[in-house]
Amino acid sequence: MRETFEMFGDLGYMLLDAAAGIKPALLSGRGTRQGWHNLWTQMNRIGVESIPIVCLVMSCIGAILALQLGPQFARFGFVPYTADAVALATFREMGPLVAAVVLTGFGGAAIAAEIGTMVVGEEIEAMYALSINPIRFLVTPRILASMIMMVCLTATADIAAVFGGMLVSSLSLHIRTLQYIHHTVSSLSVGDFVSGLIKGAVFGLLIGAIACFLGLRVTGGAEGVGINTSKTVVMTIVALIVVDLLFTTVFFYLGF
Amino acid sequence: MPEPIFQLQQICKQFSGRVIFDHLDLDIFPGETLVVLGPSGTGKSTLLRVLTGYIKPDSGRVLLRGKPMNDFSEHELSAWMLSVGMLFQSGALFNSMTLRENLSLPVRENTDLPEETIEIMAKIYLQLVGLREHIDKLPGQLSGGMKKRGGLARELMMQPRIMFYDEPTAGLDPVSSRQIAQLIMDLNKKLGVTGVVVTHDMQSAFHIADRMVLLHEGKIGAAGAPEDFLTTSDPYVRQFVDGLLTGPMIGQSDLNAYEADILATRIEG
Repeated sequence: MRETFEMFGDLGYMLLDAAAGIKPALLSGRGTRQGWHNLWTQMNRIGVESIPIVCLVMSCIGAILALQLGPQFARFGFVPYTADAVALATFREMGPLVAAVVLTGFGGAAIAAEIGTMVVGEEIEAMYALSINPIRFLVTPRILASMIMMVCLTATADIAAVFGGMLVSSLSLHIRTLQYIHHTVSSLSVGDFVSGLIKGAVFGLLIGAIACFLGLRVTGGAEGVGINTSKTVVMTIVALIVVDLLFTTVFFYLGF
Repeated sequence: MPEPIFQLQQICKQFSGRVIFDHLDLDIFPGETLVVLGPSGTGKSTLLRVLTGYIKPDSGRVLLRGKPMNDFSEHELSAWMLSVGMLFQSGALFNSMTLRENLSLPVRENTDLPEETIEIMAKIYLQLVGLREHIDKLPGQLSGGMKKRGGLARELMMQPRIMFYDEPTAGLDPVSSRQIAQLIMDLNKKLGVTGVVVTHDMQSAFHIADRMVLLHEGKIGAAGAPEDFLTTSDPYVRQFVDGLLTGPMIGQSDLNAYEADILATRIEG
């Protein structure tokens, strides 16, 4: 129990250091020359390269939702409302959550492995010796990149799921494309879209923070890198589900 | 005698119950090249990390120019570290960056020098260590010795006043070893750079040292000028310097424990 509290404490300190690193890394001072380059590189690596797989996965999920829900709605003569259900489930829940799970495997594991390898290779220690703050240099851009790209990936995931549902609905449920789009748009409020994006940003924070934290705590060589990379994926997914539950509960009681 | 730059006072450190330092005292004076000797596992590399502040001792004090390291703010310590360089055993180059980027990074992060100046400096220091034609290679494309020289060039970019060298000649061919040893001497004699060198290379050690210390059982077991180490009759120093197979370094208690361990092994059947 004590170790768990210490771990959360250390994670909190790392996040505070990372937040303090935003200004020198991006806004003012010498670090900005490299800081924006680091952020841009991480956004490409973490986010841009995840787009195809997020689109594929979410298209399939949209299609699965449509195929599962369509027949149920058909029993009551409300087949077109399949679009509403797919949209609400995706924009509020499945979009940010599935995009986050994909990013955890694609980006989170890579971050933990990369930083863990740097620890093993004395590169982190070399940064300290060169008066380069490793938290500002490594952690801050990765967490920011995760948060920014998760918002973008959430929006991408939402569109991909709508597309997947629309394709299947027109082929199998005989819902016209324009009708599907009309139901999708009319079922969604700005709040549905924004709540999904907020979740996406928070999930991005979790992914970047846990991956960087466990990467920096690697010990024991290559085996340690493997262990902490696996831990990153597991702990992040658990954290995502728990935080998603908290969000959903709060939104429920707020009537959001 | 000038005031010491670094003072280690009653330093104690353990890792998983194993005592590394047991009330160790050591002063490092400006302008000297101090060579730290000792058998493997006696804490030589750990000593360097205590001096850089990367590892905190369990007890004792580390003083920088008379001020405890714990009293430095993060900003002050970071400013102090700009004058300190460390050459790691593996070179510790950043594997995702070319040599050019490795050398440019610390200067870009810590100074306002324009990119053109940084580029020229990188070429100068790579030429100094014989790697200028490899400037755009990644560390994965370099040999172990080249990585070490690249690491040294990176440290020199910040023009440190104090350099810590962790096995600077390990893994190098004799010519490269001599080149590194000569560089260390030149930095000291021509630029007044204080050096602390951890090494097993006795030939280089005697060549570059102004003063030597030998770690023994968590303390400084012997200290003096290189001539003292060559002529002493201390059996522990003699065994290490001369590379003798038998002596107090492999103690009788170790042999007794070895014998007991072998005899205690059960043979099945």
